[in-house]
This record gives sequence, structure tokens and C-alpha cells, in this order.
Amino acid sequence: MNLRPNTFAAPSRFYAMAGTLTPWFWAAALLFGLTGLYVGFAIAPTDFQQGDAYRIIFIHVPAAWMSMLIYLVLAFWAAWGWMLNARMASMYARALAPTGALFTFIALWTGALWGKPTWGTWWVWDARLTSEFILLLMYLGYIALTEAIDDPRRAANAGALLALVGVVNIPIIYFSVRWWNTLHQGATISMTAAPKMVSTMLTAMLLMTSASGPIVSRWCSPALGRSCSSRNPTTNGSRDWNVDPLARRRRYT
Amino acid sequence: MNWTSLDEFLYMGGYGLYVWGSYAATLVVMSVEAVLVRKRLQAAVGALGNSEASG
Repeated sequence: MNLRPNTFAAPSRFYAMAGTLTPWFWAAALLFGLTGLYVGFAIAPTDFQQGDAYRIIFIHVPAAWMSMLIYLVLAFWAAWGWMLNARMASMYARALAPTGALFTFIALWTGALWGKPTWGTWWVWDARLTSEFILLLMYLGYIALTEAIDDPRRAANAGALLALVGVVNIPIIYFSVRWWNTLHQGATISMTAAPKMVSTMLTAMLLMTSASGPIVSRWCSPALGRSCSSRNPTTNGSRDWNVDPLARRRRYT
Repeated sequence: MNWTSLDEFLYMGGYGLYVWGSYAATLVVMSVEAVLVRKRLQAAVGALGNSEASG
């Protein structure tokens, strides 16, 4: 088989590759995760201010990073699929949505459990929390919209429009702690300054992020099912988007 | 090592409920994700097999 950039745009080849890679991603995620947990709990010291409550950071921050990263990747593939009418790209986008929603949920949940002992409240409508909550709604809205439309291409295109509009929320989440005076603390990790945390804490956090990374790359395999298997395989399914243009008109008239 | 006994580890300096509540929820959600992914993949492979068999 000659490898070309679009080699894996064919679902059959893609599934074969995803099937081969999935165990390796799992192994990597497990390895990074266990190492991260060990460093986070056994080596990183107790925080002088927050006590051991801060140990929630090892899942809270990686989950929050992933929730934003997955959204950007989702929007990228959705746009790609829309522009080039690339079926596989649209499937990536739809396959990523549940994973992103779950990471967003984890970020919010762990944030609430961290907020209670440190701020004295589970939830507050501050800029960071509110914009992250909106991100969860974006994911759920995207899933609902794409699932509500039977024709796979129309579903993908409508979803792409929604996803692209929602991208504006990502910088709002990221910069919210700088733009507004919020309860949520500022960034501990910055591209431009030395991290304001002990290196073992940082190491544990980055290890945990690496553990969630491979989980994300499973967008390879999480793939597709929903979007690939047409609800009504006897009619114009996702397999042949363009084969029968009349089929779509028939269904919508 | 920060902990001298299992009780102390679970107590987590008084924050056990919050810390373990976070980790437990994450474990549950990640397990759900694994199951979802498995089901989706099986559905996808099944659909692919069908369409190639019929087409």
C-alpha cells in the first residue's frame, strides 16, 4: 500500500489503523497516568496554603486544557470537512464531541469539589466558570444538533457552523482570569514566565496531561460509529454522500 | 513519601471527600468513555462490514 496524505481518508483503512493503534494509546495513557498519580501523591509535597486539597489540580487542570484543546480540534476537522466535503474529517469532529463534553464535565466537577474547601462555595458565576460552563453547552448543543439531522452531510455542515461560531468562546475561557477580576485564580503555568509551582507538582500535572493526551488521540478509534452508520442504511447513507442527490431532496420534501 | 498509613492517605489532610470525590468521578467518567468508544467502534465496523458486503 502506498502511503499518501489521504490514504487514511478511506474508512476501511482508517479502522484498520485505528484498531492497531488503540492498544498502544491505552498503554501510553495508563503508563503516564500511573506515573503522574505516583508523583502527584507520593512525591509532590503538601501545599502550605491549601493543604492536600490542591491535589485535585492533577486532574482539574489537564481536564480543563483538554476540554479546550478538543474543541479546537473538533472545530478544525468540522471546518475541514465542510470546506472540502471530506467525510472522514466530519466524522472525526462528531466523534470528538462526547469526549470533549466528558472532559469539560470533569473540569467543572473537580472545580466544584475544589472550590468548596478553598472558596467556601461549590459554584459561583465568575467569568472562568461561566465560560467553561458555556463550553459544555456548546458540546451538548453540537451533539444534539448533529444527532437531530438524519442526513450525515447536512448534520456535519450544520454542526460545523455551530462549532466555528463557538470557537470564540475558547480565548474567552483562556483569558477570562486576566480580562476580568474573577474568583478563579490566575494562570499558574504560562508560556512566558516560570511556573509558579513546585517542580514536582508541575511534573505530576504534566504527566497527568500526557495521560489524557493519548486518550484524546483515540479520536482515531472512538470514531465514527454514530456518524458512519446511517440510521437508515437502505437509503442514501453516509457511505455515499453524493451518489444520489435526489434521495436527500426526497427525504426533505 | 507523604503518608505514613492508609488512613492518613484516605483522610488527605481533612480534604478526603473533595480529593477522592474528584478522582472517583474522573474514574467513572473515563470508564464510561471507554465503554462508549467501544460501542461506537463496534457500530462503525459493523456498518462498514454491512455496506461492503452489500455494495
